[in-house]
Amino acid sequence: MKITPEQVDYVALLGRLRLEPEEKEKYLGQLDDILKYMEMLSEVDTEGVEPMAGPVELYTPLREDVVQPSLPPEDALANAPARSGTSFKVPKIIE
Amino acid sequence: MPDLYEMSASQLAEILRDKKASAVEVTRSVLARIESVEEKVRAYITVTPDLALEMAADADRMLAAGEAQPLTGIPIAVKDNMCVRGFKTTCGSRILHNYVPPYDATVVQRIKNQGMVIVGKANMDEFAMGSSTETSWWGPTHNPWDFNMIAGGSSGGSVAAVAASEAVVALGSDTGGSIRLPAAFCGVTGIKPTYGAVSRYGLVAYASSLDQIGPIARDATDIALMLNLLCGHDPLDSTSVPREYPDFTTFMNKSIRGMTLGMPREFFGKLENHDVVRVMEEARKVLEDLGVTFVDLSLPHLDYGIAAYYIIAPSEASSNLARYDGVKYGHRAEKYDGMIDMYCRTRAEGFGPEVKRRIMLGTYALSSGYYDAYYLKAAKVRTLITEDFKRAFSRCDAIFCPTGPTPAFAIGEKIDDPIQMYLTDVFTIPVNMAGLPGMSLPGGFSDQGLPVGFQLIAPHFEEGRLVQLASEFQNHTDYHLKRPPL
Repeated sequence: MKITPEQVDYVALLGRLRLEPEEKEKYLGQLDDILKYMEMLSEVDTEGVEPMAGPVELYTPLREDVVQPSLPPEDALANAPARSGTSFKVPKIIE
Repeated sequence: MPDLYEMSASQLAEILRDKKASAVEVTRSVLARIESVEEKVRAYITVTPDLALEMAADADRMLAAGEAQPLTGIPIAVKDNMCVRGFKTTCGSRILHNYVPPYDATVVQRIKNQGMVIVGKANMDEFAMGSSTETSWWGPTHNPWDFNMIAGGSSGGSVAAVAASEAVVALGSDTGGSIRLPAAFCGVTGIKPTYGAVSRYGLVAYASSLDQIGPIARDATDIALMLNLLCGHDPLDSTSVPREYPDFTTFMNKSIRGMTLGMPREFFGKLENHDVVRVMEEARKVLEDLGVTFVDLSLPHLDYGIAAYYIIAPSEASSNLARYDGVKYGHRAEKYDGMIDMYCRTRAEGFGPEVKRRIMLGTYALSSGYYDAYYLKAAKVRTLITEDFKRAFSRCDAIFCPTGPTPAFAIGEKIDDPIQMYLTDVFTIPVNMAGLPGMSLPGGFSDQGLPVGFQLIAPHFEEGRLVQLASEFQNHTDYHLKRPPL
């Protein structure tokens, strides 16, 4: 599968990355090489094999529904690049 | 008597118990060592002398009150992807260059409870993505044995700190070899415990189905002490396995006669580097003399480990790293046009080339139309790799193989060739894929005098077996006692 410049643009947008033209060119070539390497996986017969999401038996641990101490708002906001009162401040979303 | 900073944790613990030195004196010795060699090694992103001396004073109080635990007063380096409340945790990235966590990782809480002394936050590949610690936004760590060489990665700073005696022990994390590879390259002992044995609460996530925290130390005794501290259930990590762990020090100095080690022919068939071949032969001889039997075996899907890993890990990373968007913490672009543009510019400025490459790769692999061909296929191959190991362990107690395909390579040698860099992980990745415990320990030196390590892999939750093998090997060799001439 050959990756196209349009795919690189699309994937960069999905990944929320603004790439410079020279970066796009570089990633186009490198992703192509990497994906070519990945093609070896098609040699493996995986008919009837279950996919594995993780090494431990997956289960959802439950706990009693009791209020636990949580991060005070001041601490949670301490690293915010921009804030307004007790909220994170972001650029306007709806014009 | 050697200098305090050169000693192992178990030696220092005895000195502290016998009141031959205080925790503050030990800490001052390590801080002075950092002062004198750090400029050449660059093991740390942040050194924390004030925190260290405060923690050392607390440790001395614990010692005086008779409340000391086995690692009280021992200086430790923490990889910069684990949260230490109130201290910068940057993950080697510009996007988190100013992040100060408001809480402690569970492993950090355990360190504090035991009265250990945090001397600094260790350098690492950006978001732990790398095999050389060259992708750190703060610059590479240098191998203490030869400053032109990489320390290995991604826990290169943690490992170099221990190798250069800038810390007595260290915490690293290992997603595809990030503890074991640098440990092999720098001549120290490191273990990636079983997936689920050590809490990851407060560890910045890279690939959640593979990431595991583990210790780096001078010898197997210190590894056992650290495993006792780290292993245990944590309700704050939903992948933490609720079970009892043995006292790992009970595996020390126990005969290994009668044990069987498996040698996967897919690994040994690949070995080209004569230094690694020789070290493996010599290590095998030592173990045979101690009564270990070696069996040849096959892990037929190992050859597909790297391809499957570099689909699974970047896929998980592309999802985990979505949170770095300039809203809640970290870097935010100064100029932008609307919300989406703010995200895109923030991330473009904040992430380095390897992180961007893996986000692109993972986003592509998970995108509509490609999911089955890449992610799903890789997840099935992962099942086959895991089954290979299960079959192998029916014939042996542990697996014996190299850690890295070569000794440390030169800084700059592979940084522009992603596939060559990825191939460095060929012997370590399958262990993470199956969630097994794997240890790297010093096995000798290359002709040029660089350390060469070898790897032991055990079934799930059999870390004790690795400690037992390493302890006996180190009782009969002195490679782990060699120090770089700094």
